[in-house]
Amino acid sequence: MDKETRELKVTAIENGTVIDHIPANNVFKVIRILNLENNNHQVLFGDNLESKKYGKKGIIKVSNTFFAPDEINKIALVAPTATLIVIRNFKVVEKKQVEVPDEIVKIVKCFNPGCITNHEDIITRFTVIDKNDLKLKCRYCEKITAKNNIVFL
Amino acid sequence: MKGKSLISITDYTKDEYLQILNTAAGFEANPNQKILSDKVVASLFFEPSTRTRLSFETAANRLGARVVGFSDAGNTSVQKGESLKDTIIMVSSYADIIVMRHPREGAARWASEVSSVPVINAGDGANQHPTQCLLDLYSIMQTQGTLNNLQIAMVGDLKYGRTVHSLVQAMCNFNATFHLVSPEELKLPSVVKMHIKEANLEYHQYTDLADVIPIADIIYMTRIQKERFSDPIEYEKVKNSYVLNKAMIAGCKPNMKILHPLPRVNEISEDVDSTEQAYYFKQAENGVYVRQALLTTILGAK
Repeated sequence: MDKETRELKVTAIENGTVIDHIPANNVFKVIRILNLENNNHQVLFGDNLESKKYGKKGIIKVSNTFFAPDEINKIALVAPTATLIVIRNFKVVEKKQVEVPDEIVKIVKCFNPGCITNHEDIITRFTVIDKNDLKLKCRYCEKITAKNNIVFL
Repeated sequence: MKGKSLISITDYTKDEYLQILNTAAGFEANPNQKILSDKVVASLFFEPSTRTRLSFETAANRLGARVVGFSDAGNTSVQKGESLKDTIIMVSSYADIIVMRHPREGAARWASEVSSVPVINAGDGANQHPTQCLLDLYSIMQTQGTLNNLQIAMVGDLKYGRTVHSLVQAMCNFNATFHLVSPEELKLPSVVKMHIKEANLEYHQYTDLADVIPIADIIYMTRIQKERFSDPIEYEKVKNSYVLNKAMIAGCKPNMKILHPLPRVNEISEDVDSTEQAYYFKQAENGVYVRQALLTTILGAK
């Protein structure tokens, strides 16, 4: 284990959630998707940390905050490699990979400029039709927003 | 299907299509049935349309329903900046059903979510036009006596033609073989071909219209629009290659019929109109019966 991670582990949280193995440079996107800017609990994060597995990675630790599966799975769009670790009383009680959800609500913009969601105040909704290659089908215009075209709202 | 909006062709099952087509046949035999005389149909055309609007309004009138609405958004509160949501909430408090066409893709689905009454999509931008698809199915069934095991040729702009996409999707339920004739630039998109593959059906691609004439049961013609081409020279090269005339159809099957969603420009010569094969005007007429079937089924009168 590299030095930075060890130091971060030292400041281990008593209760809360650790999101590890976030692709480097996507930490801020994850923070935004999980709306951590408006979280009143302690939030620690690191970016461009060394990782044996991925070269570089990011990590976020949020105290006293636990995420519903639907909520946490949203980050799979930007951090498919992320690991979710739930901590209670300084102990890891759960550890799992994030999973791309079946439906993406609210966070992604439809790629089709002619889509009604880009012209009226409408919460976007997509069905995930390909979880590996990330293809999202808009519930409204039925067009596909592919991985390279994903823009977060 | 009572109370169920029709937004996309995939909203209805195969059995539901067939039920609508059967009901439509009843209206073809007996078009004037005043069974919706206590109903108000809102006809909201946020962009102009000739055939679809007149066909829906004729259908409503033949059923004795009253029609309210507008034929373009120019003189409405939309011009003042009213949101689609507000317009739909208001209209759904007046009418029993909403028929709408809108230039934005997805507008009809959104409307169906905010409306308190069912919505029929009469076209949302380049996305869906399910009533056209149903009248195409009806026309195929009336001319061939079945929807099953047919050789369907689609000709022209297969890339952008939404009627082509919906019809391919719908015919995948009926063991069709597809013959796709188009210029290279306007081939059927892979997302639509995916439906054919998923249904384990065959498709063949051609650039020469003459190749499919002897084998097709149905030739579905579409208009090739100049603005679809990135290179105007490409358009000039192909613009006359996908034009059907009387001499060309000499070797066709006796049961072959030519369909076209209309408007036609020059892709079917007028000398075809008087042949046994020309069915496009009757196809447009069939739209009234199919829309009568939809209005009455959704409103629970059939």
